[in-house]
Amino acid sequence: MTIPSPNRAHPLPAEPPSNLGPQERAAVEDACARLKALPGALLPILHAIQDALGFVPADAVPMIARELNLTRAEVHGVITFYHYFRSTRPGRRVFRLCRAEACQSVGATALEAHAKRSLGIDYHRTTADGAITLEPVYCLGNCALGPSVLIDDRLVGRVDAARFDELVAEARRKR
Amino acid sequence: MSKLRVYVPTDASALAVGADATAAAILAEARRRGREIEVVRNGSRGMLWLEPLVEVETARGRVAYGPVHAADVAGLFDAGFTEGAAHRLGLGPTAEIPFFKAQQRLTFARVGLIDPLDLDAYRSLGGYRGLAAALAMSPGEIVETVTASGLRGRGGAAFPAGIKWKTALGAPAGQKYVVCNADEGDSGTFSDRMLMEGDPFTLIEGMTIAGLAVGATQGYIYLRFEYPHARRALERAIATARARGFLGADLCGSGRTFELEVRMGAGAYICGEETSLLESLEGKRGQVRFKPPLPAISGLFGRPTVINNVITLASVPVILDRGAGYYRDFGMGRSRGTLPIQLTGNIRHGGLFEKAFGLSLRELLYDIGGGSLSGRPIRAVQVGGPLGAYLPESQFDTPIDYEAFAAIGGMLGHGGLVVFDDTVDMAAQARYAMEFCAVESCGKCTPCRIGSTRGVEVIDRLVAGEDRARQEALLRDLCETMVHGSLCALGGLTPYPVRSALDHFPEDFRRAAAGSARP
Repeated sequence: MTIPSPNRAHPLPAEPPSNLGPQERAAVEDACARLKALPGALLPILHAIQDALGFVPADAVPMIARELNLTRAEVHGVITFYHYFRSTRPGRRVFRLCRAEACQSVGATALEAHAKRSLGIDYHRTTADGAITLEPVYCLGNCALGPSVLIDDRLVGRVDAARFDELVAEARRKR
Repeated sequence: MSKLRVYVPTDASALAVGADATAAAILAEARRRGREIEVVRNGSRGMLWLEPLVEVETARGRVAYGPVHAADVAGLFDAGFTEGAAHRLGLGPTAEIPFFKAQQRLTFARVGLIDPLDLDAYRSLGGYRGLAAALAMSPGEIVETVTASGLRGRGGAAFPAGIKWKTALGAPAGQKYVVCNADEGDSGTFSDRMLMEGDPFTLIEGMTIAGLAVGATQGYIYLRFEYPHARRALERAIATARARGFLGADLCGSGRTFELEVRMGAGAYICGEETSLLESLEGKRGQVRFKPPLPAISGLFGRPTVINNVITLASVPVILDRGAGYYRDFGMGRSRGTLPIQLTGNIRHGGLFEKAFGLSLRELLYDIGGGSLSGRPIRAVQVGGPLGAYLPESQFDTPIDYEAFAAIGGMLGHGGLVVFDDTVDMAAQARYAMEFCAVESCGKCTPCRIGSTRGVEVIDRLVAGEDRARQEALLRDLCETMVHGSLCALGGLTPYPVRSALDHFPEDFRRAAAGSARP
């Protein structure tokens, strides 16, 4: 038995109500327009939106669903399945700390404790000044030179507590 | 004075310890001294403990210095490093460094030698000779060559590549795909990353050959988001290959077509499992599929699909170029050819070491790897990523061979070795294995989805000393259920690190009751 999806049976209005700002709306529309013809377009579209905005706003979900002829549940399910996609705005820099075994063997567990303590936040949280979001990551492919941290797209190896503090100070200078 | 040529790697691991600053300092210092200079940004030689490893071209070949940080640069110029002169960071001719000299580089033959995006340099060192050979063969002959080479999947499962290809070739004609699994999520592995950054054309060539072999016209590289440097290298290399006629319609004037695209993952370890990866490529949650049907029959978008790991595909060009026998003559038993071994974690000489199968773990850890980084005794080695067993010292004589590892309840996986010294708490490592499984489970199979969380709880009670015998029996029973009740390797193999920790390091689970702590 095939259960028709609500979207397909009853298409959403042409302009679903949305709280997206103009910049966010433009980013979502642009990503969909450029990429929706690709086979398996959903991940590329979500990447493009997150590249542009730093996150995938909840209000983007109905727009994406409509463009790809998917249900909102399907789009939401994909966004929440993958650790990388986020639905809230991150800090100005995202710090990804490697938690995996190779980094553990050279002190990642202590570094993790230091990071949480010195920033005053747990994983998936952003510092009160909006400077830094802290995320765990499971391997950055720098396993001979750990502990490793990925700051946005910048990989840093052999990070101890002192080096971490320097990196945080650098990051806080970014406005 | 002749123009100076200096190599500074652009590999992510080299960048992670300051290679960009080193390169900038060398340029600035040369300019200050009025020396004409060319700084080539090469891949890494794989001696990661020496990064940033700087090489200078001299009359006696390339001479290495490392690790060279920006602050060392002026001193190197003063010492005359431009002529290969002695210096405290001097390592002599690169090719003579023991770690490098002892290798047999087939798949990584060019990595570290050239600018990874220089197609002419690639071709001058044998690049695209494999494709030229393949273009002169029938699809069946290409598949036969790969089968005869004995190449097995380097992603971990070690399935014979030629058999996969033969199945896809035999599937009815129509749209077929070649998919490269570049979702290298195992801790302690980086060979895929290093190859994609250091010699991306090799992967592109290997995938193109796979396309010719099975009749696929479209390829996808599914790359993890954690590898932004590899993404840039691949996308630029693909654009270059396309512009020069090595991709696209009418490959090298042959009338054959092969297109290639990079697709980014989004932080899901499970997408390294081939059927989850295909789901993800289709734009869905990365949930494992039942097999059969095999991907070679019904894979991406339900079409016949060859899906192989980066190193598997990147080993194909040398096989086509030099012949199946050349590759097969390396190795032992049913493990033919070479394996790029990754020495990682608490090890002095960490890096990539490509060698024929057959070396013992002990030789790798001590002779090649130089022992632990901390100088303390090595207590355990995890081989094969987070789903691999923890091996104690008594198993260090196991040779690098798929069957030998299977025989001791371990697996070679993707060839990563993670070294731990005697400060490791093996109960904590067992707990982490379960925790990791809970975080990364796709949720399809209950033993994996729920069992992993229960596993963390049981280990906590065991370590706390609550009714120890009963907790251990429960944990072993849970492991048994996960092994037999999971569709894929995540749930099915997470028990391996857990049980090996219990079997070989039982004392670490008794600490609370004994009231003692490890140093």
